[in-house]
Amino acid sequence: MNGAAAILKALEMQGVDTIFGHPGGTIMPTYDALYDSPIRHILVRHEQAGVHAATAYARASGRVGVCMATSGPGALNLVTGLQDALMDSTPVVALTGNVPQHLIGTDAFQEADVVGITQPVTKHNFQVRNVNDIPRIIAEAFYIASTGRPGPVLIDFPKDVQQAEFTGSFDVEINLPGYKPTYKGHPRQIERALEALQKAERPVLMVGGGALNAAPEIVALAEKTGMPVIPTLMGLGVFPGTHPQCLGMPGMHGSVAANRAIHHADTILAIGLRFDDRVTGKVSRFAPHAHTVIHVDIDPAEIGKLVKTTIPVVGDAKWVAAELVKGAKKLQLSKWWAQLEDWKTKYPFAWKPKPHLQSQEVIQAFWEATRGKAVVTAGVGQHQMFTAQFFKFDSPRSWINSGGLGTMGVGLPFAIGAALARPGELVIDFDGDGSFQMTLQELATLKKLNLNVKIVILNNGFLGMVRQWQDLFHAKRYSEVYLADSNPDFAKLAEAYGIPGITLTDKAKLHETVREVLAHPGPVLLEARVYHEEGVFPMIPSGGAAEDMIIENPRETVAGD
Amino acid sequence: MRHLVSVLVQDNPGVLQRVAGLIARRGFNIESLAVGRTHQPGLSRISLVVSGDDAVLEQVEKQLNRLIEVIKVTDHSEPHVERELALVKVSIAGMEERLEVKDIADAFRARIVDVAKKSIIFELTGDSTKVNNFVEAMRPYGLLEVMRTGAVGMSRGEQVLKVREKKAV
Repeated sequence: MNGAAAILKALEMQGVDTIFGHPGGTIMPTYDALYDSPIRHILVRHEQAGVHAATAYARASGRVGVCMATSGPGALNLVTGLQDALMDSTPVVALTGNVPQHLIGTDAFQEADVVGITQPVTKHNFQVRNVNDIPRIIAEAFYIASTGRPGPVLIDFPKDVQQAEFTGSFDVEINLPGYKPTYKGHPRQIERALEALQKAERPVLMVGGGALNAAPEIVALAEKTGMPVIPTLMGLGVFPGTHPQCLGMPGMHGSVAANRAIHHADTILAIGLRFDDRVTGKVSRFAPHAHTVIHVDIDPAEIGKLVKTTIPVVGDAKWVAAELVKGAKKLQLSKWWAQLEDWKTKYPFAWKPKPHLQSQEVIQAFWEATRGKAVVTAGVGQHQMFTAQFFKFDSPRSWINSGGLGTMGVGLPFAIGAALARPGELVIDFDGDGSFQMTLQELATLKKLNLNVKIVILNNGFLGMVRQWQDLFHAKRYSEVYLADSNPDFAKLAEAYGIPGITLTDKAKLHETVREVLAHPGPVLLEARVYHEEGVFPMIPSGGAAEDMIIENPRETVAGD
Repeated sequence: MRHLVSVLVQDNPGVLQRVAGLIARRGFNIESLAVGRTHQPGLSRISLVVSGDDAVLEQVEKQLNRLIEVIKVTDHSEPHVERELALVKVSIAGMEERLEVKDIADAFRARIVDVAKKSIIFELTGDSTKVNNFVEAMRPYGLLEVMRTGAVGMSRGEQVLKVREKKAV
């Protein structure tokens, strides 16, 4: 057995069934071994799509996603996706080939310092220098990626290591003296948290992507205490979006109720989130009335990093939430809820109807038609925010988007990864005309796999989010955001790849078109030509606070268009 | 505020790059970094001098702890010994100056490790303030080269930096 065969055997032992990759010179020995392996390989058309698909595979399934690339350009194409997985705490293992060891450092063909370059974009990375280390390093990589705060790990395999004769053992022990994640929260801190909750008059429970595995415990905690729940963009689905206690997401394009609740809260219980600036706005003005902030996170470095924490709890969200449920009591919140209900009723997510087809109604129509039973992905921009606002996510791992890094182009590769992770389920990619064109080559991958992915391009002919900022903050000077004059006919483009393409322009035909898209088996691309100058609201301008929230589009204060 | 931080690490290839890279990308302000092997095979020890308030120091420690190969991080706020080694090459014009310079060096307990016609190399050990003062005392005579190792340190008494369960990821 050579090193390459050992790599695949070690991956099998980790339970890997799918690898997203693209071959090339230095990874060829492993592709040769793959020829005889039971592991399924998904040939993507660009390595970036491979790492994104692996990320979505991980997020949709809860398992580790795996991608593979050759040295140099192949490996460097993973960089964006690795940082994306790092910022959204997703377990991914990336395997890269490298030039043979005797050529490392000589500027050889397709050589790049991949270990050096990917150090800041991974949780950890390795270069295997001895063929017999393969099983141990692969075991350590999967352990690091999937435990503690999950994240991406890259393993670099010089070509000669893949070719060398393997004489080692697969019975390996993980030896990581510097890596001991804390799962059980400190009992005294949990006790203090419960005491603080008991005294709270205006508490809120905020949950993020770190609580993905704790959904049942979060629901139990919310229902037992009667607290309002605010899931962040990454936490959508951790607590059902249709639950009466859900206030919607907070932050820049969050709900009025969520942002005002945080602003007026006296006690914040935050589980598995990191107070991103898109959530807090200006930190010094965030939650000014909260005398108690309880922060539960498995990564101690997140606690106190941005928001001053009064009760830190280092531990796993699921474990800590379960402990909190045990000790929690019903809180007397009728006065608080009267206020919250008022905000909820007065300021739901809404849009001003126009004669033109609108993004919001398209998303809402899909949500109604599917009753929310779908795995949903998005690119980055206005369509992503509209999806977060109007598609109500009721279960965890049903919403896969790029929260931390804001990577345009993830929609389609995420959809492919999610569809493979959740066979038999409907996947919808709400995409933008700008985002979609960053990775559209993956239509080929989608066609080949014939997955049940519905691509819905909300085509407004603009880089809409940038246009919105230029409208609001740059005196409407639309610098380099206009796409409509050179966008392709997306339906025809899909047809060119052998995927049915539908174009919708007529508002009146929305619901029948949605039904048509959903009735079609396999992949479909719907281009919805939507109103070109829609804005996402509410909006807290960058660096602002809840009090600075712009609730309605200031451009639309005059009726009519 | 100035802090001396000791970091026990696995001496895998690239570990210094990981530590240095983390400090650079998180924007921490370091005065010096010194690294060397320990008595235990496979373990190295890094000394960092960091400036910042308590919140900055807390982040430095926590972020270093997130590195997989970092085993232990300690801020030496407790009584500790701190030393830095410096080699200082001073230009010498004549015999009179040579004697003057030697007198100053004696006061600092600096040793002469090289003597040439127009220069002397001194070796000096001490905390960073002492090294600073020595360098300033020599400046009027003409500093040709100064090489400092950066501060290294350890806690006084039985307290040691060793492999054990790190707090968390």
